Amino acid sequence: MDQLFQHLVNALIMGGTYALLGIGLTLIFGIMRIVNFTHGELYALGAYMMYFFATVLGLNFFVAIAFAIVAGMAMGSVIEFTLLRPKRGADIDTTMLLMIGAWIVMQNAEHLIWGGIAKSIPSPLPEAPLVIGPVSISWLRVMVLVVSVVLIAATYFLINRTKLGKAMRATFQDGGTAALMGVNVNAIYTTTFALGSGLGAAAGALLGPVFVVTPTMGDLASLKAFAIVILGGLGNITGAAIGGFMLAVAEEIGAGYISSGYRDAMGFLIIIIVLLFKPTGLFARSERIG
Amino acid sequence: MKRLLPYIAVAFFASVPLWLQDQYFLHTLVVTGIFVIAAMSLNLLLGYTGQLSLGHVAFFGIGAYVSALTSLGFSVEIFGLQITHEPWPAVIGVLFGTIVAGLCGYVIGKLAFRVRGAYFVIVTISFAEVVRLVSLNWVELTNGPLALPGIPPLTLGFEWTGYATLWGKAQNYYVVLATIVLAYILIKRLVNSPYGRAMIALRENETLAVSVGISVTKYLVLAAVLSGAMAGVAGGLYAHYIQIIDPMIFMFLNTVTMVIMVITGGKGTLAGPLVGGLIFGIAPVVLRSYVGPEVQWILYGLLMILIVFVLPQGIVPAIERWFTRKGGSASASKPAGLVLESSKGARS
Repeated sequence: MDQLFQHLVNALIMGGTYALLGIGLTLIFGIMRIVNFTHGELYALGAYMMYFFATVLGLNFFVAIAFAIVAGMAMGSVIEFTLLRPKRGADIDTTMLLMIGAWIVMQNAEHLIWGGIAKSIPSPLPEAPLVIGPVSISWLRVMVLVVSVVLIAATYFLINRTKLGKAMRATFQDGGTAALMGVNVNAIYTTTFALGSGLGAAAGALLGPVFVVTPTMGDLASLKAFAIVILGGLGNITGAAIGGFMLAVAEEIGAGYISSGYRDAMGFLIIIIVLLFKPTGLFARSERIG
Repeated sequence: MKRLLPYIAVAFFASVPLWLQDQYFLHTLVVTGIFVIAAMSLNLLLGYTGQLSLGHVAFFGIGAYVSALTSLGFSVEIFGLQITHEPWPAVIGVLFGTIVAGLCGYVIGKLAFRVRGAYFVIVTISFAEVVRLVSLNWVELTNGPLALPGIPPLTLGFEWTGYATLWGKAQNYYVVLATIVLAYILIKRLVNSPYGRAMIALRENETLAVSVGISVTKYLVLAAVLSGAMAGVAGGLYAHYIQIIDPMIFMFLNTVTMVIMVITGGKGTLAGPLVGGLIFGIAPVVLRSYVGPEVQWILYGLLMILIVFVLPQGIVPAIERWFTRKGGSASASKPAGLVLESSKGARS
């Protein structure tokens, strides 16, 4: 029983970053309909930027996180501007191939720049864990959860309560009408892609210090993000948040009670099962078409 | 001239081991040939039914593992039941690998009926990753990351001809070449048959195709089974040629290589995967002496992006168009290709 509590707490902490990853992708894949294979590389970019700012330059830990997010948003804008803008309106296969190409380029560029050896980012937080009853958590992981929750709340507020968020929702519901109402549609496309990329980078920057940073860390992150988005329903931000936590619980339980080797298989099994039985995702609202 | 081109190509490639001195280059050609078979099988799905399978390496890897395990023998315990298998000849292994990969293709084809487009892509990736994780973790069967060494080479022949074990590169080269020719003929006949036309109709306009009575499930499943089985053959040949396989065979980059081969050469064309496969099979060897693997992959990625922008149909259709424009008579000799091409042009 105590072990179960520990698993659930671990899952809660991983779930926060998974939710960030999933919300970032649901904006791009769910709303913009771009099968974004670079999402995991933006996650890796976030982690490498965290390493660069916090460890190489020695900046404050939290400042480094902010910078890593900004770097992710900048990279996202570049991808949108150079690859997706010229191919706006192209079919989904075309943009997907572009994104696969960009993914390969980014991953190998990371390999080239940083080398294949895993990098670790020391954290300034106390080493001794926080102990509550039978459960113990490192302070670093507590910080990760708090920052993720703040970022999730901020994104939710941005999309649902601000004028920019309204413009985004309008653009992807009906771009033509939004443009007539004076929304700069091109700018909104870039902003949304940058926002999604920034969230992916945030997840990487937060998990970088928890694990180690390697050039291939993005591969699984991409696929897990797709699992979360599918689980939560395309474009559903609340669904992606819940989906992130659900994937974390499934992985933690799978690793704890089946075999730790199959931890990463959980996400893929979830994708296959959800798509077979409820392809619209678990939390889909009925969509109005037309 | 155009009609003779395939025969000239086969004659040329058949002569290669006779004059090529460089054994390493011959090895490269054998591996390239194996990947060409895999790319041809991917083209059947991607080019003719329009379904992008990004888990194609799963069929290849399953073919390789099943074939290797059949010919090596194994002993595993499943739910308390001890299953022991004695080693069988390598040819039977390839046959089994093909059948199992084809069965997996059947399952994926059934899935394709339920999920399309981006979802199908993600399901196929997930399938490949699950298979990879099983190959990595089921150590009792697959030896996990320690790899399966000592896979016997293929032995061909009959009682009345005597048996030959294919240790040499040239022998394997001819087996691969023969398989490519067979696969080419099979795909050509399929594509020009009513089945192939139905598949193309589904790709071009599914609603219209269904309305004239084309069964979506039937044709998608057929294409997926054939595609999976053919990739399984390639995997089996790979296992018995390289003689050692490990879970790295399921690397996503292997799928990416196949996809790049198909889209560069021209998806939905018979010669596309052959041309793309030759370029991307040999390019790494040529590049290797100048740049490291990372730079090489960066170039691959950039090339992929460039092709989407510059030659979205691929090399083969571009050359065909060029020839058609030059000599107007060429268009009359190949009506099917032309129809295909113009309808694709209209779509993009």
